Amino acid sequence: MSRAVAALVVLLAAGLAAALGLAMLDLPEPAVRLPARVAAKLGDSGVDHPVTAVLLNFRAYDTLLEVAVLLLALVGVLALARPHAARAAAPAHPLLQTLARLVAPLMVLVAGYLLWIGAHAPGGAFQAGAVLAAAGVLLRLAGLLPAWAQPGLLLRGGLALGLLVFVAVAVAVLGQGSLLQYPPAAAGGLILLIEAGLTLSIGLTLAGLYLAGTEVEP
Amino acid sequence: MSVGLLYALAGAALVAIGLAGLLLLPQLLRKILAFNILGSGAFLILVGLGQRDGGIDPVPQAMVLTGIVVAIAATALALALARQLLDLSGRMRLPEDGPDAGAADD
Repeated sequence: MSRAVAALVVLLAAGLAAALGLAMLDLPEPAVRLPARVAAKLGDSGVDHPVTAVLLNFRAYDTLLEVAVLLLALVGVLALARPHAARAAAPAHPLLQTLARLVAPLMVLVAGYLLWIGAHAPGGAFQAGAVLAAAGVLLRLAGLLPAWAQPGLLLRGGLALGLLVFVAVAVAVLGQGSLLQYPPAAAGGLILLIEAGLTLSIGLTLAGLYLAGTEVEP
Repeated sequence: MSVGLLYALAGAALVAIGLAGLLLLPQLLRKILAFNILGSGAFLILVGLGQRDGGIDPVPQAMVLTGIVVAIAATALALALARQLLDLSGRMRLPEDGPDAGAADD
């Protein structure tokens, strides 16, 4: 690419930033006060934290499709993963292995805490799933967990569990009128059920995105 | 100027940096990184504008949380595809424009 084209691209990008900035400085007042509307309906949502209420009640449809996207991405990564000849990897340092053994159970504990606290404070299925996935990656880096060659039936079931639970709840409450509209009395329990399934599946999926791409011993 | 608006303006700058990087850098790994910077800018704009008048708006926050997870999934898929290209062609960059560029696109 010539320097002139590069300079033009940089100039256009800078112009885009300036235009975006000017548009933001000149924004009108929002016509709909979303925070007030969320706060007004928070009592019916089954949870006390507004972000969790939006994620899993008011806009649960987004989250349902997001979990499907996550699963599809993993299917794509697994389809591309081919067995590589294992490089002569240096064995992990014993200190790292010991640390990973000590920390991994604590990370599972933290994930459970984040899942539970999500109803009242920042936290929830995605944060808990990310911690679980980090534990999986740490164990893999320490050489305590094998890479995924072909996920077995149990693992595949765990990957799909979150989406299946979510869809099952969506079908079960279909009688309420619109998609994923929970009966207010049962909303808290249903959200916790969905989040528990999601935590496991998101943790496995995010870890799988890493584990499926790493070297597989022949 | 509120802090939220400042975040949104920084997000606009990140979008521009990411876009320029995506178009200008030939290496696929850098393109993927630039794409993530572009996405982070969009998240910053959403969250920043959501709280530009002081109060925190949970709706854009939930949307960004969704977006972050989708961005991670897309990045992992992009890395797997780039790795596949490296295995097949031995290169980590897209074919240059040339007489056979059309054939390479198919």
